[in-house]
Amino acid sequence: MHFDTVPASWYLILSALLFCLGVIGFLIKRSLITVFMSIELMLNAVNLSFVTFAHEWHAVKGQIFVFFVMVVAAAEAAVGLAIIIAIFRSRATLNVDQIDLMKL
Amino acid sequence: MTIHLYLWLIPLLPFAGFLVNGFLGSRLPKALVSTVALAFPLAAFAVVLRAAQFVFTNAISMPYAENFGGSWITAGALHIGFTFALDQLTLIMLLIITGVGFLIHIYSVGYMAHEDGYWRFFSYLNLFLFFMLILVLAENYLLMFVGWEGVGLASYLLIGFYLDKKSAADAGRKAFVVNRIGDFGFLLGMFLLLSQFGTLSFTKIGDSLAAQPALQGGMLTAIALCLLVGACGKSAQIPLYIWLPDAMEGPTPVSALIHAATMVTAGVYMIARTHGIYDRSPYALAIVAIIGAATAFFAATIALVQTDIKRVLAYSTISQLGYMFLGCGVAAYSAAVFHLMTHAFFKALLFLAAGSVIHGLGGEQDMRKMGGLWKKLPITFGTMTMGVIAIAGIWPFAGFFSKDAILYEAFQHGTLGKALYVVGLVTALLTSFYMFRLWYLTFFGESRAASHDFEEHGAAVHSRSDSKLVLEAETPHHVHESPWSMLGPLVLLAILSFCGGWLGIERFGNFLSPVVGPVIDPALESGGKQLDITLSVVAVVVALIGVFIAHTFYFRKNDRAAKLASTFSGVHKLLEHKYWIDEIYGALIVQPLTLASRYILGWIGEAFIIRGSAWLLAGIATLLGEFLRRWQSGNLRSYSGWLAAGAAAILFFAVIAVGLNWVGGVDIRMVWVGR
Repeated sequence: MHFDTVPASWYLILSALLFCLGVIGFLIKRSLITVFMSIELMLNAVNLSFVTFAHEWHAVKGQIFVFFVMVVAAAEAAVGLAIIIAIFRSRATLNVDQIDLMKL
Repeated sequence: MTIHLYLWLIPLLPFAGFLVNGFLGSRLPKALVSTVALAFPLAAFAVVLRAAQFVFTNAISMPYAENFGGSWITAGALHIGFTFALDQLTLIMLLIITGVGFLIHIYSVGYMAHEDGYWRFFSYLNLFLFFMLILVLAENYLLMFVGWEGVGLASYLLIGFYLDKKSAADAGRKAFVVNRIGDFGFLLGMFLLLSQFGTLSFTKIGDSLAAQPALQGGMLTAIALCLLVGACGKSAQIPLYIWLPDAMEGPTPVSALIHAATMVTAGVYMIARTHGIYDRSPYALAIVAIIGAATAFFAATIALVQTDIKRVLAYSTISQLGYMFLGCGVAAYSAAVFHLMTHAFFKALLFLAAGSVIHGLGGEQDMRKMGGLWKKLPITFGTMTMGVIAIAGIWPFAGFFSKDAILYEAFQHGTLGKALYVVGLVTALLTSFYMFRLWYLTFFGESRAASHDFEEHGAAVHSRSDSKLVLEAETPHHVHESPWSMLGPLVLLAILSFCGGWLGIERFGNFLSPVVGPVIDPALESGGKQLDITLSVVAVVVALIGVFIAHTFYFRKNDRAAKLASTFSGVHKLLEHKYWIDEIYGALIVQPLTLASRYILGWIGEAFIIRGSAWLLAGIATLLGEFLRRWQSGNLRSYSGWLAAGAAAILFFAVIAVGLNWVGGVDIRMVWVGR
């Protein structure tokens, strides 16, 4: 099956499903690591729709943007994991419901 | 060749003095403060003299106008220029203000030498000159109003100069509030002028009046009466005169400059300036004349029994201003302005001489505690004598000529004029009586100072004292003649009071006639010359009778005055309490206002509306905050939940918008796609 024969809408639907899974994981999971992974999932869902549109309209901008997202995501993963380790060291837990220091 | 008079310099120079002393004065040495305070008014006087020279040699055409910055205010068809103009009337006023004003500045250097706030005093005094000069130089009513309000401000500041004295602060407030009532009338008058003429320029209104000879009464009467209210406020006429006696709380040079020679004459100036409108409204003119004559008489009666030397002079100022209004009211504007000028000389002299007496006695103002001063204060005595004779209207002193001119014109002004003439004549009798009473009490008899000062009234002296020379007053001070900085202006003013009237009303009137219309020349009337002489003789005789009565009552110690007072104790009490006018105003106007403010405005207005609305707003904010703070739980999942919900809501809205093609008719899909 040639790539072009798969309609663009399928990619978009897949992207939306992935995004929704990311959102749901972000909302319902209590482990900070899983929450973090859900963010990555959302980012990649967005990347997928970028690529889809870029291909559809023969515009290279969208693909370039994907590279930016990946770079930022990598940087974010490094910083985020460092923060997670720091939190675990100080509080001995990764349950987001117990990490609620920033409240009034 | 065009001649520039640099009119803008005239007010700006004193203003520069105000700025220097006002901002730097507290850090400058006293000598420098006085130099600044004297140099700038002197420079202004020089500019005025230069202008006067051009006027007297007919080198420039009148009225001469200078405009600055094109249009000052433009609103629709209304254009108001920032314009100064010079004509004969303005020139007279300028000479009085800068000339007499400068003399009083010199005097103040001596008088205020021991006071705190020396620099403050002079900066205010210069500020006053600035506004007063704007008032007379203005070419339209609005600019005049700027000066009008400004002199009110300066007057307020100077009346309340002794900041720590409650009576001074109260007097300043009273002056300000009463003047506000007058200013309200002035404002209404300006609005009516605008609606009638569409302009506030003096010349344009004059042209417009000349173009419509049939325009009479009606609207013009309304304008004239509104402006009259303003004039009554500023010039202390019935019913708004009550602030002037209290204004004597200010330092004496202030009383001389502002509350005798210049500011209070602004009302007379304004009426003379507006004479074109008054001339078309006989009704308004009659009211001006009646108010003037009534005030002259009324204030003179109060002055008969006052014991405070400055208050006697204050009431005599009100009375003399009444004469000027009477002059205006019988359409003898040049006579009124003539009296304005001579009055500026002799009343400034009288106040300054009184200040010299007060200064010499270390702050004593009660005439009952003076007496026998002629030997100790010879120059003050001599100069004050000139002033007393001048105000009494005895030939050949200045007051005689101007008062005579007003009375003559009143006599020639129909039946009403004849009645007012009689009032004026009786007032002249009273005037000469109370002025000589003051003279005898102050300078003759035995000194009554020592016995009272330090036993019964020891404390009272200070609370009443005009000048705060407390140290001098506490020790049995030796009475001393004032320094030459004070005596010099006295001597100059005495000379002016002596010969200021020799100019003669005919010459003066001819000079002013391009502005205020011709004066009635007695020589041209049938039997006019004879009538003029007769009336003059009558006036002098009446004045001499006043002197004689004062002499019988007050020369040497006798109890005739006390006896008379006890015989007519009711009348005496009435006069002593100034007809209870302050009390009546207090009960009729001030008290209801205070009560209404306290109860109606205080309860309904403040407690209910103002505080209520503040509470309501605070309550809403508190409730809202109480609700919103629950969002900030610190719980990551709750935050993200709201975030997701928000994003979903926006998405939902967007989909609806696309579906219905909403959002201001713009096809939102195009925006998104970016095509």
